[in-house]
This record gives sequence, C-alpha cells and structure tokens, in this order.
Amino acid sequence: MTTNDIEKTAISLEKVSKVFGKAGAGAFTAVDTLDLQVAQGQMLALLGKTGCGKSTIFNMIAGLTEPTKGSVTVDGHDPFRQFDAFRGKMAIVFQGDRLLPWRTAIENVELGLEILGKSNDERRAIAERWLETLGLRGHENDYPHALSGGMRQRVSIARAFATNEPFSALDEMTARKLRAEFVKLVKENGKTAVFITHSINEALEIGDRIVVLKRPANIAIDVLLTPEAKAEKQEVIRGQIQSVLAA
Amino acid sequence: MTAAQYQDSSASRLGMAALRGAASYIVPLGVIAVIWQIASLFFPPFLFPSLVDVFWRFISIVTDWSQFVDVLATVLRILAGLAGAFLIGALLAVLMARSRLAHDFLSPALTLFQGIPALSWVVFAIIWFHGIESRIFFIMVMTTLPAFSFQVLGALQGMSRDLTEMVMSFRPSRAKLFTAMIIPAILPDILTAWKVNLGNASRVVVVAELVGATGGVGYQLLQQQQVFDMAGALAWTLQLVVFVLVVQAILTLIEKIAFRYRAVSERAL
Repeated sequence: MTTNDIEKTAISLEKVSKVFGKAGAGAFTAVDTLDLQVAQGQMLALLGKTGCGKSTIFNMIAGLTEPTKGSVTVDGHDPFRQFDAFRGKMAIVFQGDRLLPWRTAIENVELGLEILGKSNDERRAIAERWLETLGLRGHENDYPHALSGGMRQRVSIARAFATNEPFSALDEMTARKLRAEFVKLVKENGKTAVFITHSINEALEIGDRIVVLKRPANIAIDVLLTPEAKAEKQEVIRGQIQSVLAA
Repeated sequence: MTAAQYQDSSASRLGMAALRGAASYIVPLGVIAVIWQIASLFFPPFLFPSLVDVFWRFISIVTDWSQFVDVLATVLRILAGLAGAFLIGALLAVLMARSRLAHDFLSPALTLFQGIPALSWVVFAIIWFHGIESRIFFIMVMTTLPAFSFQVLGALQGMSRDLTEMVMSFRPSRAKLFTAMIIPAILPDILTAWKVNLGNASRVVVVAELVGATGGVGYQLLQQQQVFDMAGALAWTLQLVVFVLVVQAILTLIEKIAFRYRAVSERAL
C-alpha cells in the first residue's frame, strides 16, 4: 500500500527544497525536491540517519523555517507565511522538554491557552485536567527544576495537548512509556501527527506510516503500516529500512 | 542520617555561611573604622575627624529637611539618568538585535562613547546645554547608556533558541512573546545591569553636580571642600553610599522574589 491511497491530505510538501547558506561553495542542501503528503488522522514516522534533514522538515511543517523552493501546506495553508493562522491548530512535543524555567508545571501547560486568550479559570481547569491525565496531580505548582526528566516530558506533552489542536509533531523522545502515552493521546483525540526518529523499532511500533529519508532529505522508502502489514511484513520492512540506512 | 537531621544540618551550614558572609563585610570595615578613629586622636579634625562627629553630621543631614532635600535631588538625578539610559539603551539593544545594519552602525558608536571620560561629557554638556538639570541628565545618560545597551543586547542574544522556538510554535502575538518569553529571560541580566550602573551613576552624578549645580550632594561636597570640613564631606558622601546600599538591597530582594524558580545547589559557587 502506498500514499496514493490517501483520501484527504492534511500535510503536504510539494517539491520542497531547503538550502542553508548563500549559493556557492558554502551552501548546504538539507532537503532536495521532496514530495510528501500526510493523510488526516495519520501517524507518520519520519525515519533517517542523523543529519539527513528530518529536523529541517519538522521545522518547515511547524512554520519555524521557510522552504527555499516548493510549497509546504498544512490543512491547505502555508505554515510559515500564514504563521498566525495556525494559532491553536498545531502543537509540538520537542525532543527536550523545553519547559520555561520561570513557570510552574501548570503555568507551562497554560502557555498555549494564554496565547489563545482563554480565561484564567478555563485555562486552569484545562491544564489541571491534562496534568492529571498524565499522572502529575500534586505537582502543579512545582517548578521544572524540581521535577524529574520524565515528569518534565509529561508536562511538555500536556502543554501540547492542552490547546486541543488537530496537528501534532513529535521530535525524538527517548522514554518508551512516554511515546506510548503520546500515541494513545494522538489516537484518542483523532489528531494528525508527524514524529521524528532514528530508531527502526520505534517507527514500526508507533507509526501507521513510515517514511525513510536519505541524505539530502528525499524519500527512500514510503510504506503504510496496516495492522496486517505490521503482523506479516514487519521483518521484510525492517530489512528494507536497514539496507537504506546502511547505505 | 534522617531527612530531618539532614535538613537541620543543611540549615546550620547555610546559617554559618550567612554569618561568614556578613563577617567578611563587617570585619574589614570595622578595622578601617578603628584605624581612622585612632588617627583622629593624633591628627587635626580637618584631616581625620572623629567618626562620632561624622555620625552626628550624617544624622543632622537626614533629619534637617533643608539639607536632606539636596540628597533627594541627587537621588532623583541618579534615578532619572538611569531610567533614561535604560530606556534608550534597551531600545538601541532591540534595534541591534533585530538588524545587522543597526548593529554594525551602533556598536562602534557606543564603544566610542564608552571610551569618553565622564569629565569630557561634563564639558560637552556645559557647552551644549543651558539648564543645569538638562546638563546633569545628559551626562548621566551618556555615561551609563553604552553599558545598558551592551548588557541588554547580550541578554537578548543569550536567550535560549530552544525555548524561543517552543514559544513561537504556539504562534504568540508580539506582546505575548515579549511578556511570556523575552522579559522573564532577560530580567536577570537587566537587574545585574542596574546594579552595576547604579554604582557608576552615583560616582558620575557627583562630578556632574560639581559643575554649576545649586543643590545636591556634589554641590554640598564642593561647599565642604571650600571650608576644609572633612566631617561634612564624609557625612555627605555617606548619604550617597547609603542610597546605593538601599537600592542594591531592594534589587536583591526583587531578585530573590522574581528568581525563586532557580534551583540552588549546596555546592554552588
């Protein structure tokens, strides 16, 4: 099964290139004429070796980096040029927790809600609910330095989900249990998600589609993982991915 | 060791550290005071006045409104100069952080200003301005502006890129980015800049007031010099020292409240 089966596209990259530095000897092509579509409700695992352009793609989808050529659209809009239009529609769980050290756990979760202009009572109630969902009840008023690494990562997940946006992007996350919780929350809340990894096992475990990138970021393998494919062809897919990554 | 015992020993260690810290200030000051007081027994008062006389002169300035108003005038000049320099400096720093062109133009100019002695600014101010207050304000601003600009610029450039990207991923308005990210991130450096510039400003203001001011600590110091009144000169100087200490204490208190989120290691420097 391939991406041709996708019915409704949520995220689209068409002939996207990203070159860093000025043209000439100093230029570095991170992404080279990439075409990629992500269906609504899909959980895409973006896999590739370090430096293959995964984070650049991630930043272009998030609207934090502008493509040099081609177009990136999320829900039909350009996330970089129409930056403010995505307020409350996209959230990112970064590799590190990236909590603001001057805010307590609950104040960190409230950040996105504040930006959306929610009232004090409303955002407090939502933040408390998400912290409780992620097992952080009783730690609402702790500052990040007083929380363990796992707890901080949970706060960052709560912060991403609290704004209830339809698109999520997950940078590499090391804790297996947290990944499982993230996937569960994405599925339960019907979100479209892109997550970045360099682990084949992680991609096979979480994704319902795997895209393997080769340097500079271009698609080497693109496979939809139905439950049947996961059960029957997992080892074949693993072998294909390994051969691309080893090349 | 139980948790309670550990907390007790921690508290006693911190108490001892605070005592050592206080002693490190009090002991040298006490030694200097004793040496001065002994010297006052052997030298005339216009060279080494008794510290008792200095103390009572200090009290008389604080309690006599006609004299204390001079202290207030100097304090207001310092605060106005610092506020002006901070506002202009912060504005220039934002410009430099946002525009390479602005940075390339302003950075050498501010470095040049930094090299100009305070006394030169006094001369320029006398030539360029008529009013006493505008002269003093100009001198205060020009002598503290470069430091404020560079310190705020450093703080802006030192902001965590990861945290800024995280906040930007929520698409905040400019105002929200400013209040939620930029201000809390640069506040520690801003308070440090105020502490440093406060000391500089209190030294410069006296020089500025020596030139044409009809009131203020600088003016009063000039009066004491003309009558060789060392006790008076010390008492007026102490007014400024106390002001600096009080403002430093207020800034430290603000730091303690605003930065309570910071983890403190028992092994910290």
